[in-house]
Amino acid sequence: MSAVTWSPTKSGQRYADVPEAEKRALFEEVKSDPRYPDFLYGCYECGICVSACPSARFYDFSPRVIAQALAREDVDRFYEILMEDIWNCAQCFSCVRCPRGNNPGGLVTLMREVAVRHGLERAQQALQGYSRVIYKIMLKGNQVSPDMLQPDFFPDWGPWVREFSRNMAAWRKAIPVDTLRNVTDAAWRTDDKTLRELYRIWFETGNMEVIREVDEGLYELLVEIMEEELEAGS
Amino acid sequence: MSEQMIPLTEIREKKARGVRPSPEEAPHPDLREELFELEARGELIVQRVPEPYVEVTTKFGRTKKVPIDHLWHHKSCGQCGHIPGYTTSILWLNRQFGIDYLDPTDQTSCTGWNYYASATSNAVAQLLVMCRNFAAAYETGYYPLIHCGTSYGHYKELREQLVHHKELRDQVRRVLDKLGKPLVVPEEIVHYSEWVHVMRHRIAERQVIDMRGITACVHPACHYYKIVAEDAIYDPDIYGGQRTATVTALLQALGITVADYSTWFDCCGFGFRHILVQRDFTRSFAVLRKIEVMKDEANPDMTVTHDTGCVTTLDKSQFAARAHQRRVGVPVLADSQVAALAMGAHPFRVLQLHWHSTDWRPLLEKLGIDWQKYWAEFEEDLAAIERGEKPGLTWEDAEQPIAMR
Repeated sequence: MSAVTWSPTKSGQRYADVPEAEKRALFEEVKSDPRYPDFLYGCYECGICVSACPSARFYDFSPRVIAQALAREDVDRFYEILMEDIWNCAQCFSCVRCPRGNNPGGLVTLMREVAVRHGLERAQQALQGYSRVIYKIMLKGNQVSPDMLQPDFFPDWGPWVREFSRNMAAWRKAIPVDTLRNVTDAAWRTDDKTLRELYRIWFETGNMEVIREVDEGLYELLVEIMEEELEAGS
Repeated sequence: MSEQMIPLTEIREKKARGVRPSPEEAPHPDLREELFELEARGELIVQRVPEPYVEVTTKFGRTKKVPIDHLWHHKSCGQCGHIPGYTTSILWLNRQFGIDYLDPTDQTSCTGWNYYASATSNAVAQLLVMCRNFAAAYETGYYPLIHCGTSYGHYKELREQLVHHKELRDQVRRVLDKLGKPLVVPEEIVHYSEWVHVMRHRIAERQVIDMRGITACVHPACHYYKIVAEDAIYDPDIYGGQRTATVTALLQALGITVADYSTWFDCCGFGFRHILVQRDFTRSFAVLRKIEVMKDEANPDMTVTHDTGCVTTLDKSQFAARAHQRRVGVPVLADSQVAALAMGAHPFRVLQLHWHSTDWRPLLEKLGIDWQKYWAEFEEDLAAIERGEKPGLTWEDAEQPIAMR
């Protein structure tokens, strides 16, 4: 992550070398999303969103500034937010208590999508540690699975993570739910046909191209397995 | 400022009266009416809430139908993967009440977690994952009950987008056609805790564990009552109708004292991406803003919530904080686990408490439950599995309440 610190008084100065047209094009892409008018109506600067925002307590992050910058169409400020702030949002949507009806969390989502679609370096950095989750969801249809409970991944969760991991095979058999029993590499037993339908969705919606922008190696691995499965099922 | 300058008496009286909102004051039109209009135009199918159902009121006084029976359990990857007792407890309750339910294999995650964490998806893909799951439920004739708070909130958000954007609907329909699936949207998006909420008096009737000596703090899930706030259940008798009533009303029905605390509205700190790759944020928020505040202001015997991410965050974040002498040590349970425990569910075969990190033993001891005895039983189960004498636990092993044996 960059060492640049947030400073509300220096808007527009940090990326002066980036052409205005480049910033404007990225902004217009966010603005042209059909959800944009549902997420932004204007800003009273009342600060209610900031008072509820967990990220505002721990980072130089402000949902109010995001709503303000976008409402003013301040592309310099927008670019700074796109490069420095968006990955700090906790996506809790506490900010939607906004009396004006804004959804700063939703605006962050749109900006993240644009950052990923363009393979911006900052997006790639932010998602570096996340590829195993993307791999899991794309291939297994579940985002979280028991075999992710590894001591090296969750050392701060205490000695119980070692217990979960060591006893995984027997403990998973000792769950009376039929779809969970003895399943360790997914959250529950999922039909092959269901997974193939999911793979079709990823291809048909352009989602695989999104993955390619953020991690080329992961994309190639996923495509090979998915195409083979789709062929086997057709 | 003196009391004369601030009309404290009037403010307190106003708060005590409770909020009784009217549907006319809601900031947005009723989405269900728009859904039915789309159905009348042949754009989609609305899956009706089956009978029997219970009607409850939502934040702005609208009525929401919560089905009791014929449930398609839309499971949660986080629950099933890391807190399996959550899922087991929900299904155990269904079985205790003789509910006709389906535990489907034709279901994926909502993929909302990945979407909020990484943005490596898009609106159409998200809608299609939702609609594919809903079509799968519709094809079985059972009604979806959403276990995960994020799936519930995410689906409500997506349902709004589907209703309000024809271009998204058209793109979704084109892909569903290729999959041979209809475009189906349920009349109501229903969270499992809403089912527990409407069942709370029946649960209390079958309570076998006395919980009157217990004090609990409630943490409501952000994605339950913040995303599309109109759909959450509110009751004038719970917090004066100013906060959502699910979880709290159940605990009160079971005789538990619910203690308030000042950061009730705050998120747990889950953060989606943060819980996996930037946990210093998650830990800090969970401990400093939630657990320590509860401890200082209410000193509860447990914290009860109704979402996967919240149980995970609040439970797992407490271990590392002990090294810094933080004031932690509050066991974290889901409302379904508390309800099942009250009805005598086995602490390990059903509640699966061994998957929780923060020490739950003092809570069980205070409830008079001999956890060592049940752990010994469970260890025998595990040994039998290890010896190959049984392939695993079944409902037959878990069905009977402990107090009935």
